[in-house]
Amino acid sequence: MSARDTVLGSIRRSLGASGNETMRGQTVDDRLARHPKGIIPKRGEGSKAERLALFKTMIEQAFATVSILKSSDEIPSAVAAHLRSKNLPMEIRRGEDARLANAPWQNEKTLSVTTGPSDGKQLAAISHAYGAVAETGTLVLVSGPENPTTLSFLPEHHIVVLDAGEIEGNYEAVWDRIREKYGRGIMPRTVNWISGPSRTADIEQVLLQGAHGPRTLHVLVIDK
Amino acid sequence: MSHPIKSPQFKENAHEALQDAQLQKALGKIETGAVARRRSAAEHLPEFERLRDSARDIKNHTLAHLDLYLEQYEKRVNEQGGHVHWAVTAEDMRQIVLDICKKANARIVTKGKSMIGEEVALNDFLEKNNIVPVETDLGEYIIQIRNEAPSHIIFPVLHLNKEEIEEDFRRVHTNLPVGRNIKEPAELLAEARTVLREKFLAADVGITGANFLVAETGTSLIVTNEGNGDLTQTLPKVHIVLASIEKVVPTLEDVSQMLRVLARSATGQEISIYTTFSTGPRRKEDVDGPGEYHVILLDNGRSAMLAGQFRDMLRCIRCGACMNHCPVYGAVGGHAYGWVYPGPMGAVLTPSLIGVDKAGHLPNASTFCGRCEEVCPVRIPLPKMMRHWREREFERHLSPATVRSGLKVWSFFALRPTLYGFFAGLGMNLLASLGRTKGRFRWLPLAGGWTRYRDFPVPQGETFQSRWKNRQRAEKKP
Ligand code: SF4
Repeated sequence: MSARDTVLGSIRRSLGASGNETMRGQTVDDRLARHPKGIIPKRGEGSKAERLALFKTMIEQAFATVSILKSSDEIPSAVAAHLRSKNLPMEIRRGEDARLANAPWQNEKTLSVTTGPSDGKQLAAISHAYGAVAETGTLVLVSGPENPTTLSFLPEHHIVVLDAGEIEGNYEAVWDRIREKYGRGIMPRTVNWISGPSRTADIEQVLLQGAHGPRTLHVLVIDK
Repeated sequence: MSHPIKSPQFKENAHEALQDAQLQKALGKIETGAVARRRSAAEHLPEFERLRDSARDIKNHTLAHLDLYLEQYEKRVNEQGGHVHWAVTAEDMRQIVLDICKKANARIVTKGKSMIGEEVALNDFLEKNNIVPVETDLGEYIIQIRNEAPSHIIFPVLHLNKEEIEEDFRRVHTNLPVGRNIKEPAELLAEARTVLREKFLAADVGITGANFLVAETGTSLIVTNEGNGDLTQTLPKVHIVLASIEKVVPTLEDVSQMLRVLARSATGQEISIYTTFSTGPRRKEDVDGPGEYHVILLDNGRSAMLAGQFRDMLRCIRCGACMNHCPVYGAVGGHAYGWVYPGPMGAVLTPSLIGVDKAGHLPNASTFCGRCEEVCPVRIPLPKMMRHWREREFERHLSPATVRSGLKVWSFFALRPTLYGFFAGLGMNLLASLGRTKGRFRWLPLAGGWTRYRDFPVPQGETFQSRWKNRQRAEKKP
């Protein structure tokens, strides 16, 4: 007997089930199809402006910084200003995301912009979020050539661009969008929820910012 | 690492722990740290208690249909080009990992934090087979270079201070300048970051655990604060996920309910910094990510637990709240429990996994104060289950006869809390009035075993239960 049959057989013996009961099968299919939402915290409800305000408060509590921009035209100057404020070289890495590609980088003559995933040599990178969740101040990023996952973890400083219109109240609203885009039961290879720069409290329960992932996280919210 | 099981020597371990001043200092910080933070996080979310009910119900529903959800999960992983392997025992899991590593010609393997990895003692096995496993979670890394077991499931090096860690780093990182300054936690972290960065980039295989598996989409997910899990699973060409069968939940909505209680219960954060959902290997258009994705599902006694009194334990999401709130854990720490899972959850789980003969007495390490059940995000009736174990141990005649007869009386009362409180209170008052003059007894009826060697302190007029109640009442007042 295969290990699979042994484990499933043992589970069924314990449950007193055969695995072929129509009722049980229907219950499972029904839950997967309906994916009921459960309890959703009220705090995420509210207007677009309230969601933005809550998102900002929550992610700042986790040591991220936030700038609000009027248009994506302001991205290059905001990036340059951020790098300068951290005394970093004027270099940034990005993926192929069109919303980033179309920003007027030529306005920042001293800023060198390269494209592609990170191999660990970049100090700073920029990604575009798929959306965000106000409830806990959480950015949602999806993998792909547009925003390679390595950009979120290898560089020391991470900048994330977020469209204010894509800040949802709760996680469930993001899942609805993902289902709509990718199809039922299908996920992008990686979905990253990011709620601040990396941290640890392993040594003497002292909270330290900047563990293995980025030491700083800066969010540029485009609020038109 | 494989560590000899020291659970049978709980008493000796506990005795040692009580003498350990450094450990006592570290344990003392839990109450103002994790405990206070959890309380504040819970208070900040009005829906928290209802979310706990929801989390419990989701787990119960899933466990009742576990076979079907696992089949659905496996189907989705396959559709996305991933592989699911089934492991009946710890040995099976180790062998499957080794086979995958060998096929990938792996020499260095990075590891994210995985309690399953500890449970099956993977590192030791890989080392014996000439593969170098590198723990990348800061706490787990320190544990690994010390060749110890974690003393807490969330804070593995809770028992250590920075001086001890400095000593370890100096001993192991011999290629770094001797005169360097690594006294402070921040400096120790910076050094670990540099050392481990090289390993991340050099690793051939990355192994992570899984906090949950999602049947709807064939997704595994990890929750971390350091970002080490993400580097572990994104950079090497092969990603292996170590999971146990009870980690599965039906849908993305269900896992979102679970996540709302996990971080708040574990560290008191609103949400952990990184929650990462992984589905299959890199897609053809991707420019990074692992080329292979394997999930190994471990049973190791869990399917049998589904049948009996311990099914509820399979709801556990490993948040650590029960140990943070446990007066016994708070007194003796995690190593006293002698295996990988400490505290109340360990006292219930360990006998199921390694046998009642080795760990059946762990459930005695409890004051039955009920604090663990009060905070458990999935409402596991931990005290009741510890009682089940005590009864089983009793039935199996593993306890000496005197303990047995005493226990019978005790369990009669323990099953009837009001009576227990009443009689315990009565006993206390009686003793208190008898010993009032001296403050100590040198002899008591039926307690010769105790008073032969030491004086029995006169009770201070209150039982633990009534004191606890008062204290909690006081805590609840603003
Ligand atoms: S038993 Fe409950 S409180 Fe303890 S680790 Fe498991 S889920 Fe957390």
